[in-house]
Order: sequence, then structure tokens, then C-alpha cells
Amino acid sequence: MTNLRIESLSKTFGTFTALDEVSLEIPTGKFVCLLGPSGCGKTTLLRVIAGLETPSGGHIFVNGEEQTKVPTHKRGMGMVFQSLALFPHLDVAGNISYPLAIRGADRAERERRAEELLELVRLPGMGARRIDQLSGGQRQRVAIARGLAIDPKVFLLDEPLSALDAGLREHMQIELRQIQQSLGVTTIVVTHDQKEALTMADLVIVMKDGVIQQAGAPMEIYRNPANPFVAGFIGTTNLLQCEIRDGAIEVLGARLPVAEGDRIGVAQGRAQLSVRPEHVAIGPPGGEIEAEIIFLRDLGESRHLLLQVGGQEINAQLSPEMHGAYRPGERVSLSFRPGERVVVA
Amino acid sequence: MSADTDQRATPGWIGLWPALMLVVFFLVPFGIMLAVSVSQRDPAGAFIPGFELTHYARFLTAFFAKVMGVSVGVSLAAAAICVVLAFPFTVFLSSMSHRIQTLALVVLLSVLSLSEVIVGFSLSTLLSKTAGISNLFYWLGLIDAPVAYTPSLFALITGLCYIGFPFAVLVLYPPVSRLDPEIIEAARVMGASGPRAFFGVVVPNLRSAIVGAFILVFVFTLGSYLLPQLLGRSEDWTLSVHITDQAIYQSNLPFAAAMSIFLMLVALALVGLASLAGRQRGAA
Amino acid sequence: MTGWLKRAYVLAILLLLLAPLLVVTGVSINGPQTMRFPPVEPSLRWYGALFEDSAWLVPLGHSLLIAACASALSVAIALPLALFAWERNGIAARLLTGVGLAPFTLPPVISALGFMVFWMTVGGYGQIWATIVSHAVFLVTLPLVTISLGLKGIDRAFLEAARVMGAGRWTVMRTVIGPLLLPFIVSGYAFAFVLSLNEYIIAYMVAGFTVETIPIKIFNALRYGYTPILGVVSVLFVALAALVFGLIGRFGDLPRLMGAERSRRE
Repeated sequence: MTNLRIESLSKTFGTFTALDEVSLEIPTGKFVCLLGPSGCGKTTLLRVIAGLETPSGGHIFVNGEEQTKVPTHKRGMGMVFQSLALFPHLDVAGNISYPLAIRGADRAERERRAEELLELVRLPGMGARRIDQLSGGQRQRVAIARGLAIDPKVFLLDEPLSALDAGLREHMQIELRQIQQSLGVTTIVVTHDQKEALTMADLVIVMKDGVIQQAGAPMEIYRNPANPFVAGFIGTTNLLQCEIRDGAIEVLGARLPVAEGDRIGVAQGRAQLSVRPEHVAIGPPGGEIEAEIIFLRDLGESRHLLLQVGGQEINAQLSPEMHGAYRPGERVSLSFRPGERVVVA
Repeated sequence: MSADTDQRATPGWIGLWPALMLVVFFLVPFGIMLAVSVSQRDPAGAFIPGFELTHYARFLTAFFAKVMGVSVGVSLAAAAICVVLAFPFTVFLSSMSHRIQTLALVVLLSVLSLSEVIVGFSLSTLLSKTAGISNLFYWLGLIDAPVAYTPSLFALITGLCYIGFPFAVLVLYPPVSRLDPEIIEAARVMGASGPRAFFGVVVPNLRSAIVGAFILVFVFTLGSYLLPQLLGRSEDWTLSVHITDQAIYQSNLPFAAAMSIFLMLVALALVGLASLAGRQRGAA
Repeated sequence: MTGWLKRAYVLAILLLLLAPLLVVTGVSINGPQTMRFPPVEPSLRWYGALFEDSAWLVPLGHSLLIAACASALSVAIALPLALFAWERNGIAARLLTGVGLAPFTLPPVISALGFMVFWMTVGGYGQIWATIVSHAVFLVTLPLVTISLGLKGIDRAFLEAARVMGAGRWTVMRTVIGPLLLPFIVSGYAFAFVLSLNEYIIAYMVAGFTVETIPIKIFNALRYGYTPILGVVSVLFVALAALVFGLIGRFGDLPRLMGAERSRRE
């Protein structure tokens, strides 16, 4: 069943177009990540859904009901803000039960629900704490609990984890995903962190310049990017100028026949080849493509080479069995693993 | 209705009530004062509507020139002393603990809010013959007999400094406390001595704030009307005193109004200048 | 300069500011009706005398009534003005803020004369309510500044969060803005209250001959010669101001209220 449907939604600020005829459908219970660089319109899209911005054109339907004219406070959404926006004049329980108090819930009901939510976010018994007594991670959890207090029709989160340090952030990603799955609430998270999107989402929507570039399951987008922007934004990749001619990819002076599994989005002519660093293989000199090692990074669990081929830089991530003793300045040959090559226009 | 009006916490009509109050009770009085300043004097106490510029013409008399000279002179002196004393005070204070800052601010605000009549009374007591500081000097053997230091020009300027000092500190306090303490530390690390860092880094960085404070304290002391009467001699009376005197005791409302308008224009020009000085700091 | 010298300088200045007040306190506890320091035959009898002398109690009543009403009206004007200007950048908001800041920036004698001719023209000259309204408009700057400062500290996301959670405009005001702003409203009221209590020239020019306030009474009394009650009243007013600002300092962040952006750790 479709929970949220958006039809050719536009939003302009003066001459700046933040959203350009955006349309999408989100089924009930899905975890969606809106992903893109800053200024791509993802936050605007979230705010239009919440009713915090009025769209310049288009429609929003939640459970089949038109929302465009409904004021923010009647939409029944839950939201976690980038700054969290926890009220400093209320304690933890007061913050969490705020939306219930607005709806006239009595004291006992509010206390019961607040404690229930605190258990959900693993902060049992913390209801009487002041906000400034909480750590960053605890505040995060309180904000999430507050957003879920009324069983929102859609749960919206605007860069919710951006203030946390790397370790805690990864932990919270997993926890947020678990909470969402246990409740089955439709959730939309805005993020600029592609790892975060790949960790949590059922559905990733990549945006740029107010336009949806690609929407799909995380691995689908990773393996089969629709254009060079998506290829570059999701994970790391090498983008190389190439030409498709007679069933082969001509790149860096070599001619590579198309193999089973290669995703060739262009029939003939100039295009771009996207190859992930982990699909670049290194061998002894004398192969079809010769390269020079410029820089070597050893990160313990993996090893990265920066290579140069005729002015082009290429990143390679070595698989464990290829852990030879390489040195900067050394000449090697490289190849792109057949079946893992993506050609986009 | 556009999106932005939708999201505002308050409807636009909320501004109507304060606008009404300020227009009726602040701008209208000014309009009336302007009208009074060009009307005819009524010796019975009020004024007779009309249009004449005779009251403004009196600005060209020697009497007025002397009053202006006294007003500007004592205010300039007081403002200079206040800022010279207040600037280091504020810089030192802003580096002290929150508790001490709060305590000092309580003292400053209490003094600042005191009625001029209480300040005048207190200072005239302090400078008096019977209960004043000269008794201390006499006791120390510095002078032969207790004397009264008031009324005098010295007493007047002391009084103006007394009310002007807290004001100067409070005007300097925001820019001074926002000055990044690391720039002083940087100067120290690079080898500047304490005084050198103070005069070479702190003062130049806050120069426009100091100029702004000087002007505002000047305007503030220019508005003093009771201290000249309580601490000064009649030849030390300032423009503010004369305005009151003309309005109430000489029953010359139009002339008082004309002087008020003149004083207001001077004050507005100076306050504008001060805010300009403050803005330059932001641009720099 | 060493920390020791800095502290000595700050302390010395604060003591100089307190010196006249100490002398007045000493003078106020003289036994006989003389102005002596150090006091002779110390006694508190003049403090008692104040509260039996209707010549002082009536002005005290006037002063308190005017201060209480004028600062309330002042807040009632400043609060909507600050709220209006907070979310708006237009010419109307800027003009209104400018007019709100003006009364207190100009030499008070100007406003005093303005009020005087205004009340003479429209009626109300010599009435206590005319003094109240005049004070309220004159002092509107103080609550305007404190409330605006409080609003500056309110994250816009608070309002959006409240709206998303179901709060309408009035509910947001009642449950979020109001509680966050209350300390600033109270300080604004307190500032205006103390200043109104001590204000002389406007009270004098609007209704000085009919509605005597304490500052007017002190000034009149000074002309007829000295009485220790002058000292007593001064001491009480200083104590009241110190109490009010002390309370603001105790329960609020006075350095921040005075414009320090970085409030230091306790």
C-alpha cells in the first residue's frame, strides 16, 4: 500500500529552484534515505512533506489524502531536527510527551507512554533528567522517542546523526533501523552520508539540483548507477572517458570486450566507464594497460593504491590475496574485472 | 498566503498595538513640541499657536552660546574621564569569573539606575564640610581644616563621571567581552609584554567601540539635569537645566521646546555617528 | 599587567562607586538631626520616622504605584513589539524597533518636555495616570532590549518542532516561546521598575506639582535643608535596586543579559 505519494512537487526560493517537479511513491513501512550533496533539495523536500514549507506547485498525498493545504500541526507527522530542537525548559519526559499533551492526553497516559518510549530507545527511567544533563547520543535517542510519540503517519529525520562522532553514529544507524523495523513506521531520513544510506535504507533516493537522479534499493543503486553523478556519489568509483564500439569498451588505449554481467547503458559512441576500486586488479608489468604507482595507503583491513595512467588517476583497492610488496614509482599493469564494469552516458 | 507567513509564531497585527502606543505617546508629543517651538510665548504658562522662529533665533545670542559651551565642555570632560577609566576596567572585568562579573554588574546597574537626585545628595554629602572626605584629609594631616568641595565645577564633573562610568562600562561590555581572548594570547606568545599586548592589540581592535562609547557617554551626561543644580554653581548650568528652567519657572515653553529640538538633533546626530563607528568595526 | 594589579584596579573602582553610598548610609544612622560622618549616637530612629511621616509615605506610595503600573504597561508594549520584529525584517519592523529604542537613548529632558506639552494639549497634565503612561513609553526600551535578547536565543527549530508535533500558533506561544521568554520578561519588568522608581524629570514635568514621587520629594526637601530621612530614603532605594539586580544576577545570566556573547563556565 502506498503511504506517501508526491506528484510533480516544485519549490522555488526567488530565482533558486530547490525542487523541480519531483514525483515519488513510498510504500507503507519503508525506510527511505534522501541522499545528495548540500543544496540538492533533500531537506526542502522533507520540510515540504512536514508542511514547514509551502510548495510552489504539485501535490502530496498521505494515505490517499491531499496534504498540501493541511497546516503543519494537523499533519500528524513525527520529526527529528538536525539541531534536535529539544526544548530546554522541559525535562526528558516533558519533551517526549509534548505531542501527547498538545492532544490533551491526561497525565497518567503521558507518563506511561513516555516511559514506554524511553524503554524503546534504551533510556529507561531517565524521564526526569534535564536536557542539558544528557550526552549527545542520549539527546539523539530522546529526539527519536519524541518524534515517535504519537505513532506518526510518516517519521521524518533531517540529518539526525550528523552531530555524533563516527563510532556512535554507526551504532545509532543500526539502532534507528531496528526501532523502525520493530514499529513498521514509514521513515524518511535526509543524509549526505552514502554509508549511512546504505546501512539503513530499504529505498535510497539520490537527488541533485532539485531533481531525483535515481531511486532504488541500496545495492541496486550501488551496482547499477543510472548516471555518472550517482556512480560517483554512492561509494567511490573511477570514472573514465571511454567509447563503445562493436561490443567492446575502448578505454585508456585498450580494447576490452564486453563480458557477461557488465552493465552497458550506451549502445555506441562516447560514454563514461565506472569501475569501483575493489574491481581494479593489479598485475606484473606487460599487460594491456600499464600504470605507475603514485601513492600507497595501508589501512590495515584494506590496502589502497593511487595509480596513474597517461595523466588519469585511478584508485585501486587490493583484495587480500594481492597483498604484494608494492612501492611508489613501480610500474604495474592493471585490469578491470569483467562483469563489474558499468558504462553510463 | 505564502509559506513564510504561515510559519511565523505571531500574526502581523500583533505589531499594531505597540505601533499605536508609540505613535500616540511618543511621536505625537514630538510633533506637538515642534509646533510649540514655533508658537508664541504666553506668559501665563502655556503657549499661543502661531508660527515664528524667534525662539530659534535666540540660539545666536551670547547667553545661548555660553550655555552650549558649558554643556559641551563638562560633558566632554566627563565622557573622556569615564571612557579612560572604564575601558581597562571592562577589559579586566570580562576576563574574570562569571561570579565576579555578575557581582560587578549588580553594583554598576544599581549605581546607574539611581536617581540623579540620590547621586547628587550622596556626592554632596561625600564632598561636604561636615560629613565629607575632607574630614579624612584633615585627620590625616593633609589639610588644616575640613572644607566643602561643593558646589563647584569639580564636584559637577565628579558627579557626571559617577553616573557616566557605569554607563560607559555597560556600553563597552558587549564588544569587549566578545573579543577573542586568543588574539591576546597570540600576541603574548609572539613576545608582546602585557601592556604592549593591551595597547598594541586590544585597544586598536576595539578602537571604534571606544569611539562609540565615548559619544554615547557624552550624550548620556549631556542629558543630566539635576547634578548641575545640586553640585554645580549656577554658571555651570547645562542646556538640560535651562530647558527645565525655561519650561517651568520662566514660563517660556516655546523657547524650551526649541532648545529641546536642538538638543535632540545634536543627540540624534551623535548617536548616529556612534552606531556608524560601531558598524565600521563589523566591516573591518 | 599581572592578575593581581588588574583585580586591585577593578576593586578600587568598585569601592569608589560605593564610597558615596557608604557615607550616606553612615549619615542615615545619625542619632540627632545632623549630617555627620562618622555618625554620632548611631540609631535607626530615622528609619522608623520615615514610616510614620505621611509627607514621605504619600510620595513613596505614588512612586511604587507608578513604577508597578508603568513597567507592566512597558512590558505590554515591548513584548508584542519584540515578537513582531523578531520574525520580520521589513521597514515596518525596523522603524518600530528604532522608535522603541529612541526614548531611552535621547537625553530624558527632551521626552519630558514632549510629554509635558502633550498632556497639556490633550488633558491629563498633573494626573498620575499621565505619569504612568509617560514612564511606560519612556522605559519601553528596557523590556524591548531584554525580550529581544531572549528571542535571539530561541532556536527557530523549536517552533517548527512544536508545530510538527501538533501545536497551533497559540499553543506554540503558550508552551514554548512563553516559558523560554519568561526570565527575560521578568528582567525587563524589573529594569523598568527600578528605573521608573528613580526617574525624576518626566515625573516632575508631567505631574510634579500634584503627584509627588520620592525623587521629587528628595529634591524639594534638599532645598529646605537637611534631614536624615533623606539619607534613609536614599539607602532604601539603593538597597532596592541592589536587591532587584542581585536577584536577576542570582536567577538569570546577568553577563549575557548585558550583552556578553560567551558566557563563561561556572
